[in-house]
Amino acid sequence: METGFVEIRNLHKHFGEVRAVDGVDLSIKEGELLVLLGPSGCGKTTLMRMIAGLEVPTSGQILIGGEEVDEDVPPRARGVAMVFQSYALYPHKTAYDNIAFPLQAAGLTPAAIRGRVQGAAKRFSIGHLLGRRPRQLSGGERQRVALSRAVVRDPKVFLFDEPLSNLDAQLRAIARYELKELQRELGTTTIYVTHDQVEAMGLGDRIAVMNQGRVRQVGTPQHVYDHPADTFVATFLGSPPMNLLEQDAHTILGFRPESFVPRQDIPAGTDAEVFAFKVRQVEYLGADRLIYGAVDTPYRAGQTVIADLPVTITTPVAEGRIHEFAVPRRALRTFDAATGLARDRGAA
Amino acid sequence: MALPREARRPLPAAVAPLRRRTLADREDWLGRLMLAPALVYVVALVGVPFALALALAFSSARSGSLEFSWVGLRNFWAILPDPQFHRALWNTLRFTLVSQALVIVLAVTAAHVLSAAFVGRRLVRFLLLLPWAAPVALAAIGWTWIFDSTFSVINWTMLWLGLTKRWLYWFGEPQLATAAIIIVHVWRMFPFATVITLAGMSAIPQEISEAAVIDGAGFWRRFFQVNLPLLLPIITVAVLFGVVFTSTDLSVVYLLTRGGPYNSTHVLSSLAFQRGIFGGDLGQGAAVALFLLPVLVVVAILMLRTARRAEVGA
Repeated sequence: METGFVEIRNLHKHFGEVRAVDGVDLSIKEGELLVLLGPSGCGKTTLMRMIAGLEVPTSGQILIGGEEVDEDVPPRARGVAMVFQSYALYPHKTAYDNIAFPLQAAGLTPAAIRGRVQGAAKRFSIGHLLGRRPRQLSGGERQRVALSRAVVRDPKVFLFDEPLSNLDAQLRAIARYELKELQRELGTTTIYVTHDQVEAMGLGDRIAVMNQGRVRQVGTPQHVYDHPADTFVATFLGSPPMNLLEQDAHTILGFRPESFVPRQDIPAGTDAEVFAFKVRQVEYLGADRLIYGAVDTPYRAGQTVIADLPVTITTPVAEGRIHEFAVPRRALRTFDAATGLARDRGAA
Repeated sequence: MALPREARRPLPAAVAPLRRRTLADREDWLGRLMLAPALVYVVALVGVPFALALALAFSSARSGSLEFSWVGLRNFWAILPDPQFHRALWNTLRFTLVSQALVIVLAVTAAHVLSAAFVGRRLVRFLLLLPWAAPVALAAIGWTWIFDSTFSVINWTMLWLGLTKRWLYWFGEPQLATAAIIIVHVWRMFPFATVITLAGMSAIPQEISEAAVIDGAGFWRRFFQVNLPLLLPIITVAVLFGVVFTSTDLSVVYLLTRGGPYNSTHVLSSLAFQRGIFGGDLGQGAAVALFLLPVLVVVAILMLRTARRAEVGA
């Protein structure tokens, strides 16, 4: 097995009885953007803080660039730059001095500092804002100053702690695009923490889904979405989440709402599982229709199922009626009812 | 929407008498009533003596006589060329500035130590606050023993450690008496300043300190470039409080040295007390005491401004 640029081996962090990080193994390749995705309290931020050196692990190892970083290696010696959720700009310093601060700490000459700060400011088009203090900047501008401060040091690893969550929805999509472009251009190994699955899918070269201190699955966005390793990943990714049906005492059947379509809209000859779908409610959302209802026997009665039909499917669906819906068999997933683990695990 | 029958029935008649407005409903009068005790207190114990001092400063009043005549600025002309007054004015400034400078350094240091987690932190915090809570007369008596010409523990300790070869007469030499007074002032004000600084430190977002750590700044760079500038507004408030407390204080000088030796440690308030009460020249005493008023007004304005800025900021 090839070793990654950032290696995490059996890492634990316990706060008293609480196991915030409970045995994490993770390998992040050089130049890769890995997203740590999970609900709040899953341990993703604690994991990132341990990589940064802000938190001392209870046990386990962290390696950056092949060198072990333990509590004797302070944050400043790790070559990591971090962008905080709140941006954590120094409120009493101008944008220029904020960006220059890590360079001053590194002991660069004033001339070299000026060159680098202006270079970073140009990249993020904030050259005209360098004289202002954080208070005088908008949310998006602050975020750019925070990014400049991280980039200007030319670090070995970027750590991003939900840097987009303080932006409004419109700005966030653009910022996400720009962030990914920046990361590709610089080619810096990046670890990105978020609880937003859309952000994770859009940004990550790979996603590590975390829950209760453990990594549940690591893989490309496509793979994690199509082949969730367990029912937690299946329902955490995707909006609306994957439909889970108790098939029998041992098996849970799973399929994505967008794979669940009227039978007539599946090409003839496709091997498909057919359901009698009792429609309760239809929502028109512009680009697609969300259809809520329940499937009949042989599945346990009363389980809610959601279908997500794109506008291209125009088959009429009426509330209160029973329609024939179907799922292509290749889109069906099965999980063990007791453990929640996927049966088809390992299928790529 | 139809309400159930029960709810539509009118309220029982017994409630009716309460419909009249009571004092509790009349916020304008209630407000005045509740402010009254504080107002009476301020007028009686601060306002009246202050007006009296103003009147006395321009009169020839003496204790033991009811005679009262206006003399204009004569009291001020009398004290202005007085070398003892110069000395007291200089001492007031000196004691205040030196003690507050020391207080800042000690308070910021102590606040940093106390913000770190260690066993017994609560006990240390409690002990630290004690000087502030101790009545000044009691404290001064304690300090007179500490500086006693025969039993001084400071002398005893310094001799034992070899820091001094001779016995120090703390209240017998002007320099030592000055040092003693400043030490007691620092001891009194420093817990208060520490607590204020601690509060200011807890208001700095933790992420900012962490950002500085990750940005590679060492302890001193973080301290001087990040923490101290962010603490500055609140330290200013602590210092201005300290300036007002120390410059107007009579008790420390009066209880420790009574202005001695050779009237070398008088401050304006102790000199005013000596002239006005012991000397019986109420007019001149008031004039001495009022001399600080313009300075304190400026300090008070600065204080209010800083407090307002600290509020708006963040």
